[in-house]
Parts: sequence; structure tokens; C-alpha cells
Amino acid sequence: MGEISLKLNGKLETKDVADNTLLIDFIREHVGLTGTHVGCDTSQCGACVIHLDGVSVKACTMLAKQAEGSEIVTIEGLADGDELHPMQQAFHENHGLQCGFCTPGMVMSAVEMVTKNKNISEDEIRKGLEGNICRCTGYHNIVQSVKAGAAKMGG
Amino acid sequence: MYSTKYIKPNSTSEALEAIKSMGEGKFLAGGMTLIPTLKQRLASPDGLVDISGCDLDSISDEGDTIKIGAMTKHASVAESGLVNKAIPALAKLADGIGDRQVRNRGTLGGSVANNDPSACYPSAVLALKAIVHTNTRSIQADEFFTGMFETALEENEIIEAISFSKPTKANYVKFPNPASRYAMVGVFVAQFNDGVRVAVTGAGEGGVFRHAEMEAALSSNYNADALSALEISSEGLISDLHASPEYRANLIKEMTKRAVV
Repeated sequence: MGEISLKLNGKLETKDVADNTLLIDFIREHVGLTGTHVGCDTSQCGACVIHLDGVSVKACTMLAKQAEGSEIVTIEGLADGDELHPMQQAFHENHGLQCGFCTPGMVMSAVEMVTKNKNISEDEIRKGLEGNICRCTGYHNIVQSVKAGAAKMGG
Repeated sequence: MYSTKYIKPNSTSEALEAIKSMGEGKFLAGGMTLIPTLKQRLASPDGLVDISGCDLDSISDEGDTIKIGAMTKHASVAESGLVNKAIPALAKLADGIGDRQVRNRGTLGGSVANNDPSACYPSAVLALKAIVHTNTRSIQADEFFTGMFETALEENEIIEAISFSKPTKANYVKFPNPASRYAMVGVFVAQFNDGVRVAVTGAGEGGVFRHAEMEAALSSNYNADALSALEISSEGLISDLHASPEYRANLIKEMTKRAVV
């Protein structure tokens, strides 16, 4: 056990955790933010993607202790009050989801890749989403959503 | 995951002290293999020594070589201006490892120390005549990889950096498993003034290896046609649910041809 402190969606969280606590369990169980999902729990599906100091990572494949002192943004941290983030709005408008289980990870991956590459191409979007698996959509509308989101984000 | 202890020291000397204080400790780099292994309870170290705070993540141009710190992430190698200029094939390799999130966490040193038979990086280390610098010595690539998941590293020896020789020409082409993106076969070809080196990953039962016949053929004629007459032996190649040894032998030739441009 030991104390960790990190910033989660702008708020400082200080909690006692066991050394073997996964970051995803810290976020969901200790802090209670359940927007970030656990799909496969084997680093493959990407439902648990969050931003750690500005880069996308899979929260099921990190210890909470490894995130000590970092700044984390989860899907709950994107919207501004009732106003959705442009990427969330784009997923909504382009039917970029069906069951919605993979969506938090998809949106977090999309926001990172567009932030780093404003004029992102379709090929780059598809490569950027390799770590996010969706079992419903066939990806077409997700790619359309990311394209539309990139345009809204100033691409 | 079994209960374990986590320590994050600020230097390699502190890391060594920490691991010596444990019965059976493990160094934790990016964790892209180790954390899933722990989650499946395939390992039960009594402590983890996270070496991400040990200042091992720089990239520098050393003249004839590019030196990359062990904790440098795949994404940083892929995006590095120095690497893209001097050894673009190495940047391309890093950009094709796993997926975006794996590249944001996984490290050069972690991959090379683990020596997964399907990992991409070991082929670059072998083909680019790399030198593996540890806390105690410098190891030539040809001496480093000793078998599947086996290396010349001693107990409690930390890779600090790896120096890759700058080739006159190089390329890496892999046939990725469509699900995992691991190389079913990956071939790194590097041309130097004194000859061509060809390293094959994903295929050998003993892990990454150099292919002497293809090296000889390409050293005398650096052209895909020079490989046409070669018969690639399937002896010692991996057989699993993804591919037979014969299929992998064919892929070795095909990937090498594609790499020679």
C-alpha cells in the first residue's frame, strides 16, 4: 500500500492504493469514474484508453503507481459542462457508435491523434485506430466521425 | 495479479540496489509485456523496480552511430528527426510496433531485453551491428541474443542504451499477424560498405537470427532478383496456429525481396 497523487480531469486525487492496483481500477473503483471501460482486459481492445500527460495509453496495462504525479484525462473530462467536445459531437452526428461500449476509447484515441495531426488523412485515422476494436460498426462511421471531428477541431 | 511491491528509483545505481534488496525482483520498463504477464499470474515477482525515472530516454547522433536510451518509447523513435534522417528504416520499424497506445508506452530496452521471438526491434539490433550498453559492459549484437526470450544479460544487469550503426541503405518489412500486429515474419536488411546484413524475426524457434545465404547473395548483388534462385530452408522455423515452417520460409524470402529496394 502507499499513497498516490495525480490530477484526474483537472482535479487532484490523493488515495491509498495497493502496489498492484491497475490504473483502470484506480479510475473506476477508487475514484468512481466509470466512463472508461474494460473490454478485453488484455491490452488489445482499447476500450480503456485514456490520456496520460497528453498521450493515449491503455489504462488496463499500467499500474496506478506508474501514474504518480501525472495528469490524466478520461472521457468524462472532455465535455465542457453540457457542451460536448467537438469529437464527441462528431461521433453523435455521424452515428459513430452502436452499442457504445468501445466509444470512450475510440474518442480518446481520436482526440489524441487529431490534436497531434490536424490535417489527418483517412489512412492515418485507420492506422491510429489499430488499438481500438469495435464489434458493431465495421469502423466506417467511426472513421467518418474522426474526420468530421478533425474538421470541427480546426483541421 | 499477485501482490507485489513497486519502487521507482531515480538512477540505475539506485535501481540496482533496490532489486538486490528483493528476493526475486523484476525491472519494469514500459510494461507492455510484463504487466499483461503479471495480470495472467504467469509471473510472481516480489517486487517491481520501475526504471522510467532513471534518465535513460535520450536519442543522440554519435557520428557513425545513433545512440538511443533504453527507456525511449517506440513513438519517440518513430517521430525522432535524428532517427528519420540517419536510419529511416529504424523509425519505420518503431512506427509499426503494436498499436498507437503500445508505442506510447513500450520501450526499446524492454523489447530487446525480453527478446520475444516475434518482436520487431531485435532484428534491427542484429542487422544494424548494434552495441547494447549495460550498466557494466557493452555487448555486440551478434553476442547478445542467445535464444527465444534469452539474452546475454546477467542477473540484475540493466540495458542503458543501444548504439545502431548507420547503414548506407536499410529497410524493414514485416508480415504482421492481423490481430496482434506481431511479426509472423519480419526482415531487416542493412547495407554497409563491408557487406549486407539480413536479420529475420518472427520465424526462428531460437528467436531472431541472421540469414547467411541471403546476406551473401545481397552482398554481391543488392537486388531482389539476386534472391530468386535461393531455396529458403524451413528447418528450425516456428510452427504455430498462424503459420507452418514452410509458409514462414516463403515469407522470409518474400519479405526480404520487398525490403530490398
